[in-house]
Amino acid sequence: MLDIAGRIVGWAESGEQVEAVVVHERETEVRAYEGEVESLTAAESRGVGVRVVRDGRQGFAYAGTLDPDALAEVLREARDNLGFATPDEHCALAEPDGVAPAEMDLYRASVLDHPTDAKVQLALDLERLTRSADHRISGVESAEYSDSVSESAVATTTGIRSTSRETGCFLAAYALAEQDGETQTGFGFSLGRQPGDLDVAAAAAEAAERSTRMLGAVKPPSGRMTVVLDPWVSAQFLGIVGGTLSGEAVQKGRSLFAERLGEDVAAPILTLIDDPTDPAAYTATGTDGEGLATRRNVLLADGRLERFVHNSETARRAGTSSTGSAVRGYSSTPGVGVRAVTVVAGDQSPAELISGIRDGLLVQGVSGLHSGVNPVSGDFSTGAEGLRIRDGELAEPVREFTIASTIQKMLHNVTAIGDDVQWLPMRAAGVTLVIGELTVSGV
Amino acid sequence: MIDGALEGTMVQMTDRTGGAEPMLDPRLLQDTLGVALATGGEFAEVFVEDRRSTSAVLDDGRIEELTSGRDRGAGIRVVVGETTGFAHTADVSQIGLRAAATAASAAARGGGAGIRVVALDAATGPGPAVVEVLPSDVPKARKVALLARADDAARSRHGAITQVTARYADSQRRIQVANSDGLLTGDRQIRTLFSVSCVASGDSGLQTGRESVGHTVGFELFDRIDVEELARLAAGRALTKLDAVPAPSGEMPVVVGPGGGGVLFHEACGHGLEADLIAKAASVFAGSRGEVVAAPMVSLVDDGTMAGEWGRYAIDDEGRPAQRNVLIRDGVLADYMWDHLRARKEGRESSGNGRRQSYRHLPMVRMTNTYLEAGDDDPAEILAGTDRGVYVAQLGGGQVNTATGDFVFGMTEAYLIEDGRLTAPIRDGNLIGNGPAVLRDIDAIAGDFAMGSPGTCGKDGQGVPVGDGTPTLRVARLTVGGTAA
Repeated sequence: MLDIAGRIVGWAESGEQVEAVVVHERETEVRAYEGEVESLTAAESRGVGVRVVRDGRQGFAYAGTLDPDALAEVLREARDNLGFATPDEHCALAEPDGVAPAEMDLYRASVLDHPTDAKVQLALDLERLTRSADHRISGVESAEYSDSVSESAVATTTGIRSTSRETGCFLAAYALAEQDGETQTGFGFSLGRQPGDLDVAAAAAEAAERSTRMLGAVKPPSGRMTVVLDPWVSAQFLGIVGGTLSGEAVQKGRSLFAERLGEDVAAPILTLIDDPTDPAAYTATGTDGEGLATRRNVLLADGRLERFVHNSETARRAGTSSTGSAVRGYSSTPGVGVRAVTVVAGDQSPAELISGIRDGLLVQGVSGLHSGVNPVSGDFSTGAEGLRIRDGELAEPVREFTIASTIQKMLHNVTAIGDDVQWLPMRAAGVTLVIGELTVSGV
Repeated sequence: MIDGALEGTMVQMTDRTGGAEPMLDPRLLQDTLGVALATGGEFAEVFVEDRRSTSAVLDDGRIEELTSGRDRGAGIRVVVGETTGFAHTADVSQIGLRAAATAASAAARGGGAGIRVVALDAATGPGPAVVEVLPSDVPKARKVALLARADDAARSRHGAITQVTARYADSQRRIQVANSDGLLTGDRQIRTLFSVSCVASGDSGLQTGRESVGHTVGFELFDRIDVEELARLAAGRALTKLDAVPAPSGEMPVVVGPGGGGVLFHEACGHGLEADLIAKAASVFAGSRGEVVAAPMVSLVDDGTMAGEWGRYAIDDEGRPAQRNVLIRDGVLADYMWDHLRARKEGRESSGNGRRQSYRHLPMVRMTNTYLEAGDDDPAEILAGTDRGVYVAQLGGGQVNTATGDFVFGMTEAYLIEDGRLTAPIRDGNLIGNGPAVLRDIDAIAGDFAMGSPGTCGKDGQGVPVGDGTPTLRVARLTVGGTAA
């Protein structure tokens, strides 16, 4: 793949910079339903994206193939497209910066070697175990095994030659629980780098537990209360916070944290780190979308805003260096973003945290993050479901309500952090997070 | 059956694709289906797709880039009993197609192996939509020029507009479908989109406003819409919100403006009426056909044939002609939406709702253009008759749990209603309700029908373009998820 990327770069004309990104992905997905294989997908995708920069203008083109004639056409198109861009002094490709990629082994050949029949069996077992986990489980909407092998290469005329390869797989079950004509849902999952890492029983038990404990849920009264976000929910919240710290959002006046470097923007117990070099992170990777090494970036230290993340272009504009945070696929130019945000864990277990809350809510699921959260203004409002907390104990289930605040207030209102940091298949890790006050809208 | 000389052969299919560009030779498709069925498959299908796209973005006052994309490939599925095997390839030569067909058939192994020859019969269905100006015939400079006009218009609207993003995008998607029932058909789908997002900055912080227009038409879109007007609307939305108060919290009447409410129906019941979810009892609407599920003035339609609309196509991604399907008639659940597999199990016809994001994906039941038919009420009277509540002028997407019926949708332009009048603008947030309850709680529908903005509907990780529309309507009770008491 690096050969292909290098070949395209070799076609550069004098006075222009060329970058080629080549991607190869293989995926297997098995879905089980009622004891049978519902679908089995064997997928293989290749793609190439080419960026050409000349005189501060960039053009881009991509194709979902690595056919030799397509490569030349993509380069031609990208070159043609650059003429329409507005010149900008900061527009250029990344330059090698001497930072070596973290030594991580994120590739397991066993994902490819594992027999398809065994992968099928994992999905069938997941469906069966979920169904039989509790007599109130009325069905399994989906039970899925999925794996991927991703390889990519980046080459540029500025001397970058980088490759990376990662494997990953997961099991996910979505259970339906029924009682007295009412249906509730819950999911469970297990993830790893190879099939042997997966825990079918745990995923099934979690899906059953999360669905059955919602049976009998009522709409809670409106009011302000202490809300505990479970890891699945806090990961989504922390991912949004990480997104507001992109250097691009800051420079373009779209971040609520612009101009606030060095200020206390969160509770002092919150230290937020983006670390794609932690091999435990499901989203770990040694190189970024421009082929530079990823690195550990402290975003918030004891509540103080320490840093925005950058790709090479936003770094140049800010007069700093790239934080290895270019994110992209082959079909887009590099954006800027966090990959693996995590917190410094607290020392109390979720149960201990809950035992200290007299009246509150545990939120186990949120919906409408894309429609009710505005990362520019900071307004935060999502649909939610979960369990009431009464006198330190989990009590009755509640649903059809929203939780609302602003991102700014929520960060200051983090009153406790659990000891249960866990990596999830998203750009942030999850942890039990206690928010001292949120507005709950129900009846 | 087919010799090697056929490899990579292209033929002209001028009758079906409306253009002179080649898709695959029927003999090559026939050969592929033969391989796909070799291990005893009951049904096999080859879906060929060739998509070309152009997009251009202006941000921070400059044209950042123009992007050209090309994606071409084929997805092959084989069905045996309850099992579907699927494989896809970007290599549409005989070698590539045979390899994918073998992989798909291995995934769905049947009992009786053997050679089955499929006779393909070119369908005489609806032809592709007529487009006046193919985007590929328009110089890139003309597309890019639209962006600067939008940027100027938004910024000159007011000095508080501190950031503008304008985006132009067009795509030409050509598809070809052949299956073991002998179907051979194709379509060409053209889409053109323009959107503007603005940031306004004031004492209250930052606010955003967005407006977009998209249709299944070519570049003639810009003879009909004024990108400067679009930009001023987006800017106005952001400026208005600089004075916005926190949204209220709790249950209250909600009035949704014309064109704005489609997302509400898309989430409240649209997804719940998709036959794949019904079959798994993962929808609150399972087993409700023929029953009263909504207020009597509610008639809901999903119509893939609406000329020019964002969710329009001649044939779906299984080769079935698009249809106008009445989902709810006068409050009674008339029918669900169907794809090939679910319809086949029920021994009925597909409703033309089998769609997929690309050749890399399996088709499933999806909406097209979903709309609420106009009612008899006067929009002004609906507002005047609402003492205290929220008026939502623009919605910002939503999400539903079809099994419980709970759904949310966002408001990106909304106002308080006090004593029957619109008062303060309110900040962004979600509303939450339960589908079956909300359908019954609709107590007014006006006659001012309008289609809404182009949308992308996500399901199981696949995004497809959809349209929606509504007249002004009122829901007697919905939970508004703000922070004000």
